[in-house]
Amino acid sequence: MPQSAEKVLDHAPLFREPEYRKMLAEKKRNFERPYPDRTVTDQREFTKTWHYREINLAREALVVNPAKACQPLGAVYAAAGFERTMSFVHGSQGCVAYYRSHLSRHFKEPSSAVSSSMTEDAAVFGGLKNMVDGLANTYKLYDPKMIAVSTTCMAEVIGDDLHGFIENAKDEGAVPHDFDVPFAHTPAFVGSHVDGYDSMVKGVLENFWKGEQRTVKPGSINIIPGFDGFCVGNNRELKRLLNLMGVSYTFIQDASDQFDTPSDGEFRMYDGGTKIEDVRAALNAEATVSLQQYNTRRTLEYCKAAGQATVSFHYPLGVKATDEFLVKVSEISGREIPEAIRLERGRLVDAMADSQSWLHGKKYAIYGDPDFVYAVARFTMETGGEPTHCLATNGTPAWEAEMKKLLASSPLGNDAQVWTNKDLWAMRSLLFTEPVDLLIGNSYGKYLERDTGTPLIRLMFPIFDRHHHHRFPLMGYQGGLRVLTTILDKIFDRLDRETMQVGVTDYSYDLTR
Amino acid sequence: MSLDYENDDALHEKLIEEVLSHYPDKAAKRRKKHLSVAKNKQETAEEGQVVSECDVKSNIKSIPGVMTIRGCAYAGSKGVVWGPIKDMVHISHGPVGCGQYSWSQRRNYYVGTTGIDAFVTMQFTSDFQEKDIVFGGDKKLEKIIDEIEELFPLNNGVTVQSECPIGLIGDDIEAVSRKKAEEYNTTIVPVRCEGFRGVSQSLGHHIANDAIRDWVFDTTEVAYEAGRYDVNVIGDYNIGGDAWASRILLEEIGLHVVGNWSGDATLAEIERAPTAKLNLIHCYRSMNYICRHMEEKYGVPWMEYNFFGPSQIEASLRQIAKHFGPEIEERAERVIARYSALTYAVIDKYWPRLRGKRVMLYVGGLRPRHVITAYEDLGMEIVGTGYEFAHNDDYQRTGHYVKEGTLIYDDVTGYELEKFIERIRPDLVGSGIKEKYSVQKMGIPFRQMHSWDYSGPYHGYDGFAIFARDMDLAVNNPVWELYDAPWQKAAMLAASGAAE
Repeated sequence: MPQSAEKVLDHAPLFREPEYRKMLAEKKRNFERPYPDRTVTDQREFTKTWHYREINLAREALVVNPAKACQPLGAVYAAAGFERTMSFVHGSQGCVAYYRSHLSRHFKEPSSAVSSSMTEDAAVFGGLKNMVDGLANTYKLYDPKMIAVSTTCMAEVIGDDLHGFIENAKDEGAVPHDFDVPFAHTPAFVGSHVDGYDSMVKGVLENFWKGEQRTVKPGSINIIPGFDGFCVGNNRELKRLLNLMGVSYTFIQDASDQFDTPSDGEFRMYDGGTKIEDVRAALNAEATVSLQQYNTRRTLEYCKAAGQATVSFHYPLGVKATDEFLVKVSEISGREIPEAIRLERGRLVDAMADSQSWLHGKKYAIYGDPDFVYAVARFTMETGGEPTHCLATNGTPAWEAEMKKLLASSPLGNDAQVWTNKDLWAMRSLLFTEPVDLLIGNSYGKYLERDTGTPLIRLMFPIFDRHHHHRFPLMGYQGGLRVLTTILDKIFDRLDRETMQVGVTDYSYDLTR
Repeated sequence: MSLDYENDDALHEKLIEEVLSHYPDKAAKRRKKHLSVAKNKQETAEEGQVVSECDVKSNIKSIPGVMTIRGCAYAGSKGVVWGPIKDMVHISHGPVGCGQYSWSQRRNYYVGTTGIDAFVTMQFTSDFQEKDIVFGGDKKLEKIIDEIEELFPLNNGVTVQSECPIGLIGDDIEAVSRKKAEEYNTTIVPVRCEGFRGVSQSLGHHIANDAIRDWVFDTTEVAYEAGRYDVNVIGDYNIGGDAWASRILLEEIGLHVVGNWSGDATLAEIERAPTAKLNLIHCYRSMNYICRHMEEKYGVPWMEYNFFGPSQIEASLRQIAKHFGPEIEERAERVIARYSALTYAVIDKYWPRLRGKRVMLYVGGLRPRHVITAYEDLGMEIVGTGYEFAHNDDYQRTGHYVKEGTLIYDDVTGYELEKFIERIRPDLVGSGIKEKYSVQKMGIPFRQMHSWDYSGPYHGYDGFAIFARDMDLAVNNPVWELYDAPWQKAAMLAASGAAE
């Protein structure tokens, strides 16, 4: 009997005990009808070949382990970045359970959202009644300042009209007429979560800006961060920089407090977020700056149409990307970049110089959302690294072109390949056939680490199996320092592991590196 | 052992009134039927045990906009019943999200080479685009199956798990499945588990059970010589290894577990099931349908059992053994005796640390009742419990477990659960990921009781030790003492002092 009260064995060691190993071996032999070991090994080896890679990359219909989610997740995340705003997703209720779980597992925080709980009869007759009752219940129970409505694919397929439904609900007294109910159609079968983010933010702006007169407030800037699992660390870091510069700015969509509430005995269903009056006033900003272009294409068009100057970045991470961001902000706001920030920059460059020998020539595979992949590819090149595989399941042809331009800007990008619309099963083939030193992505990459042995660095949403990384910034010079250290730790830990065998490899087990 | 305690029924009645008063009238009227306080029932169970009555309405539509914790039919089929079958490829058929959010989240442990001969922790999706909605996805599905056969040739079958759009756009996944199954001489199962069907996960379980009946049973010749002690374990999803910690006991008492449904299962185990002598069902809610079918059609009797905590394990082992006669009964007694040292050591260690701690539960399936005795084995008391997607027969069964005065909440809303917890202030809450962090913010210890909070197994004697350890580390962690800043305490003391 392997288990004991003194030393309780967890699942990992428990099932390696002889009794269990025997039991599982017998189960397999007697009841599972397994393939011969040889057949399994042969197939496993086959999946490592160029031949398998060719058929794998030639797939036209099947998607395996994609690195993207669906639109409404982005909408729910976006809504969490506004003051006392409840997400209301119109359609099937299971979806909302999924978004809430997904966000909670990453942030280790509560995630509140409601559903209009449409069922079969609503599929036939439409979901108007669900919208009317649902808004009334949400308004009464959860005391929101705003309810942000988005849709699941069910409501989109049957063609429910959100605008009409919301007007109807107001007429029926579900919520007061002057209560803010911005909305966005977010079909799951178009684009990905980054587009849902875009639509919801645009929906909020339209709700407050439509028909309003714009009086330009010179030098003031709106910042739209985009879907960002590191919003907690990033938004706070960017605010610090902007405050140092004395810029007049408004974050439009800021989930940094919502997804980082303190434990002090009180559950805050709502915390922080862009204030409603600030969203209203944001119409008067001179410019709107997007931190993630591919998260905000439609929103920026809308801002432009409203008369604002628009600028967009690709997740300002690393030296040059942060430089460009600050220079641009300085240009628009007319505020100088203070000496303190220049010193910070110098410290990041100093750290990179100290460590450059360990990073030069390292090959990377990077996957994730388009702006993130661009940012990380750029930063690794700044450290002398060679981005070898850059993959975005939700990348577009425009992204691919931009990536290629970036990679062509340095000899370090000579061997780089850009993969749009490919998934992580494709990445598996890429890593087997053209191996790299490090893989940068999210928790799903752990299966690639297991199968191919490529060390994984988790820098993007979702991160389920490591805690609290998102509480630290990736953007700005401080963020650059964090990313740099994370990459170095991975390299040094691996090197130590590879050289610690006593009397065999430990001549290289250096104390100082 | 049976723990004696009573719950504060007056407080619980009052809490129900309080939460209902916050709803709009129409919603209050509907929610009222789902909330109650367990009452002593006059009649008693066969063994003379006191039975409580949990009189709530269940398995009806959730109210829009109230933050139900429920999921959907797809979650019940792909997520619960089919997903754990390891040697089949399960296609999340429709847009990308459903498969993405449910990817690897149930912790259905299995042994196999993932991507080669096992596929549980992978996300296969047809990633529907607008054109698939407009023109239909059947052609795409055919191609997907072709590509699966080429890239994953060691799969032993494919299931098509329908997401919402499939049923709305009129795709004929049955025709595609039939055609492709013939072409590849394999098992392909279309499952109509679109998320809008039914009112929760529950209909998805039922639909998934029916799909096994219609698309797996009797479709292939099963070459297997049945033995007199052959049993199936039904409704154990091997979360954190639960089914393994159970199987070891059943084998020790001399039974042959010829199929485990569906944690760590292979298609062979599903196909073979009707040859067994007895179906042992753990999660009654999700798999009673197929047990009834096997009883009717193949004459396989079924029996419910409970492997949470030593009291229930003992009783269950004896009951199961009784079915097979003296030889197995004698072995069961030996097994119970053999594990008693472990059981007593665990209880001796943790009882003093957990005695009298009050627990609130809100889970799905079988756990809102099945785990109650495991807590009581450690001296803990259940003050409230409820199910996400139970039916009436679940609440009837719950009466055998709960004490008088226990607060009962069916399809609880976020608002209700928060208020109940805030007012009752239990010492531990057992529920899901969506509830975990808000409860902890209040300073109340929490354990996820769907995923075992990344721990487990909790089934069997080996699992009970882990369960006890986990409840202890949650309840007795020092972090709960750190919530108040010292200056805040001083300020509060000063304020109360000034008031006196």
